[in-house]
Amino acid sequence: MDTFEPQIVAFCCKYCAYAAADLAGSMRLAYPPNVKIVQLPCTGRVDIFHLLTAIEDGADGVYVAGCLEGECHFMKGNFRARKKVEYVKKTLAELGIEPERVEMYNLSSAMGPRFAEIAQEMTDRIKELGPSPVRTETV
Amino acid sequence: MIIGDRKSLAEILDMIKDCRNILITGCKGCVTVCNVGGLKEVQVLASSLKIARKKEGRPITIEENLLERQCDPEYIAEVSDIIHNYDAVVSMACGVGPQFLSEAYPKQKFFPAINTKFFGGATAHGIWEERCAGCGSCVIHQYDGLCPISRCSKSLMNGPCGGSANGLCEISRDVVCIWDMIVKKKMEQGRLDDLLAVAPAKDWSTSRDGGPRKSIREELTQ
Ligand code: SF4
Repeated sequence: MDTFEPQIVAFCCKYCAYAAADLAGSMRLAYPPNVKIVQLPCTGRVDIFHLLTAIEDGADGVYVAGCLEGECHFMKGNFRARKKVEYVKKTLAELGIEPERVEMYNLSSAMGPRFAEIAQEMTDRIKELGPSPVRTETV
Repeated sequence: MIIGDRKSLAEILDMIKDCRNILITGCKGCVTVCNVGGLKEVQVLASSLKIARKKEGRPITIEENLLERQCDPEYIAEVSDIIHNYDAVVSMACGVGPQFLSEAYPKQKFFPAINTKFFGGATAHGIWEERCAGCGSCVIHQYDGLCPISRCSKSLMNGPCGGSANGLCEISRDVVCIWDMIVKKKMEQGRLDDLLAVAPAKDWSTSRDGGPRKSIREELTQ
């Protein structure tokens, strides 16, 4: 288990989390390479289906990172994303899979260090939980 | 439209427990509009079931499909080439869909993924409410457009009953007393006297008392 390296997919809004990831890079902040980023025009674009597909295809953890609440460029995108994350958490619980494998985060584009912190937080959390029970052999 | 809720994953997983290869078919009609059995819901159900079965170590193959409507034979016929390629078919239409499919393809097994609930509409995004009981002889003109058959918990034609308090029905704080609304509307319109007339007992002969109903339009039959 010591050698377990989680596969984590992060759906990031280009106005905040994605820009914060860029900033983290410019600031030379290290964050775990386990996190694979998918850029979105707004977290409102993320669908329940995208989150489930990531899990289905073997991701050990999935998170959505959107703007701070009240600061979405499209008004309510991040609130909608949060509801979708909640739905997926419920679905996982119904299937006997830890709902903590899916999470919603909010940050601004100026929060490079917070981006790195979230990536670390999620990686630590998933390491603690172990590989996803959906993962078949090596994905 | 017809409103439904999806069955629990546990119930659907139990239906398909012996299957290794299924088709999930949605419907572009009512169930798409009430977000329970359209394209997205088909994708979400397929993915959820695949996750569950991967977790059990018994992966399942799922094909996704969407029919224009599952309550018309011509659209049911569209899947004739593929319908027998699966161990079973899960329909995400209302209760009509899996029955039309079963009648058209007697050799295949069909499972309903939806619990069909009522005729209604969206009162807010994500919230649907009952508005019609399909009783077969509409009386809402007597009640200024508000239906006491579907919306009064006791389907009272003469109300309200003694359980009406502060606009709410005695059965639950979440249920509006439609008779309170009917009386208020009559008062606003200065037509409260309408309610002095006693409405006769409802004629239920147009409802389910004669068994399953049929509607025949001679000008359309061929
Ligand atoms: S309280 Fe109102 S809605 Fe409830 S049963 Fe009585 S009349 Fe009908």
